[in-house]
Amino acid sequence: MADLADLTIAQAGRGLRDGDFRSTDLLDAASTRATVTEAHLHSYLIMDHDGARAAAVAADEAFAGGEDLGPLQGIPIGLKDNMCTLGVETTAGSKILTGWKPPYDGTAVARLRRGGAVITGKMNLDEFAMGSSTENSAFGETRNPWDTDRVPGGSSGGSSAATAAGSVFGAFGSDTGGSIRQPAAFCGIVGMKPTYGIVSRYGLIAFASSLDQIGPFSRTVEDSVALLESVAGWDRFDATSIDAPVPNFGGSLQAGVAGLKIGIVKELMGDGIDPQIQASTRATADKLADAGAEIVEVSMPSTEYALSAYYLIAPAECSANLARLDGVRYGHRSSIEGTTEEMMGHSRAEGFGPEVTRRILLGTYALSAGYYDAFYGQAQKVRTLVRRDFATAYDQVDVLISPTTPTTAFKVGEKSADPIAMYYSDVCTIPSNLAGDPAISVPVGLDDKGLPIGFQIMAPALGEEVMYRVAAEVERLVGFDERPSLATSEVTPA
Amino acid sequence: MPVEIDIAKVAHLARITLADEELEMYGSQLLDILEHAERVQALPTEGVEPTSHPLPMVNGFRPDEIGECLEPESFLSQAPEVEDGRFRVPRIL
Repeated sequence: MADLADLTIAQAGRGLRDGDFRSTDLLDAASTRATVTEAHLHSYLIMDHDGARAAAVAADEAFAGGEDLGPLQGIPIGLKDNMCTLGVETTAGSKILTGWKPPYDGTAVARLRRGGAVITGKMNLDEFAMGSSTENSAFGETRNPWDTDRVPGGSSGGSSAATAAGSVFGAFGSDTGGSIRQPAAFCGIVGMKPTYGIVSRYGLIAFASSLDQIGPFSRTVEDSVALLESVAGWDRFDATSIDAPVPNFGGSLQAGVAGLKIGIVKELMGDGIDPQIQASTRATADKLADAGAEIVEVSMPSTEYALSAYYLIAPAECSANLARLDGVRYGHRSSIEGTTEEMMGHSRAEGFGPEVTRRILLGTYALSAGYYDAFYGQAQKVRTLVRRDFATAYDQVDVLISPTTPTTAFKVGEKSADPIAMYYSDVCTIPSNLAGDPAISVPVGLDDKGLPIGFQIMAPALGEEVMYRVAAEVERLVGFDERPSLATSEVTPA
Repeated sequence: MPVEIDIAKVAHLARITLADEELEMYGSQLLDILEHAERVQALPTEGVEPTSHPLPMVNGFRPDEIGECLEPESFLSQAPEVEDGRFRVPRIL
C-alpha cells in the first residue's frame, strides 16, 4: 500500500470521508516520515505532539459523529513559526523570542483549528522572516530535501521543505518579498501569496506590514485552494483585511486557458536569470499557447527598480515593527546592569541576529531626519510606478507569467556572506508584493542538477480565480510528478 | 548619496548597543546596500504620488463597548519581570 504521507490533501480528505483510514493514521504517517526526514532537514522548530494528537482524535470523533468542518478536517499541517499559537512557543526563528508562548491564536491559526486541521508544529524560518535561505534562523538552518547540501529557500524554508518531504500534507508561510513562492520553487511544490488583505495578519509577527501576507504551501494547486479558503476572509482584528466577500478561488480550476491572454514579463527573462530557467519558462508558455492561450510579451520597466525600492521599504517598516521587542513585556532581557534604556539596547543586541540587525539599522537610517525623502519617500514613489506598470499590463492581459526565481536552489553558505547577492533571489517575486497582488509558483521541471524549477503566475488584486485557473492548467500540461528522494519513510543505511 | 553614515547614531536611534567592530562592519554593509538603493533615485518621479499601502485605507470604527480581553496572567507570565501585576523594569535614570 502507498505511504499515506504521500497523499495530497484532497486524496487524504476523500479517504477520511470514505472511512479508509483515520486522522490519527495520517498523523502517524506524517510523524513516521518526520522521524526519517528531520535528521536531514531540520524543517521543524517545535513539534506539538500532544496538541496534534488531540486534534486528530477530535477530528476522528467529528467524522464518526457525522460532523464535517471542511477540507482540512483531520489533515496534518505545519505553521511557519511567526504565526502565533496559543500556549505553543513561537520564536520567529529569533533568540529574542526564545521561550515565548503567545497568549492567543492568530486569526489564521484560529480558523484552521475551527476547520478541524491538525497542527503538527512550528516550522523553521529566517529570523523574523528576513532572508531567502532559512540560514538566518537562530536555531540552525533547514536543508533542501532535493539536495541536503542546498538551502530550501526562505524565509518560509521549514514549511516548504516539510511539505515537499511529506512530513506534513501542507503548510502555511508568510510572503513579504517572495518568502512563500521562492522556497516553493526551490522545493518543487506549489506556493501562493494571496492578494494583500485576503488573509488576516492578526497574530502574524509583523515584518513589513504593508507587504506581509500569509499563504499556503501544497503539493497540488487544488490543495492550495483548500488551504487558502480555510483562512481567507475579513477579520475585525486586522484593519487591513478586506471587508468584502472572498473570491471563489477554485471556481475555474477545470476551465483551461483557451481565450485567456497571458503576458510574459520581458524584464524578468533577461540577464541574471539562469538560461535553463528561461528555457523552462518559455517551454511552459508554449504549452499554454498550444492549449489555447494567447501569449504576448509585456514590458514592465519599473521591475528593474522594484528590488531596490523593496530593500528600503521593507527594512523601514521592519525597524518600526521590531521596536516593540525591547525586553520589557516579553522576550529576552539582557542581564547587563544599567538603566531601562541601556537594558533595551543590550537586550536587542543580544537577541537579534546579524541580518535582522542589518535591516533594522538600514530602516532606521532610511527613515531618519534628512534622509527620509531621498530613500523611503523615493522608494514609495517607485512603488507607485510598479503598480502603474502592473495596471497597464493588466489592461492588455489576464495574467502575467515569469520565472519564480533567477536560479534553482543554491548551496548552504553560498550567498550568506553577501547580502546583496542573497537579496537578488527575490527579484522576480518582489513586484507582486509591492503591488499587493496575488501570485503563485508552480513546479515545472528539474534543471541539469536535478533541482526543481518554479514558474510564477501573477494576477491583479483579487484575481485569485484566474491565477489558480492558469496554475491548474500548467500543472496538467507539465505533469510534474517528481518527488525528492528524501521523501520516504524507509530508513536507508547511512 | 551619503559617502559616510554616522552608524553610531543610527545604532543609538535603533536602540541596539553594538561594539565598535560591529558598528564598522554594519556601517560598511549599509553603504554597499545604499549604493544599490541609489538606483531608485535615478528614476524620474516628479509628480508621482508615493504608495504607502496597497489598499485604499480608511479608519475602521466600532462601538466603544466592553468586550472580552486577555487575562492579565496570560501575558504577565511571559514577561521578563513582573511585580504586583505590572511589568517591572530597571531604573529609568
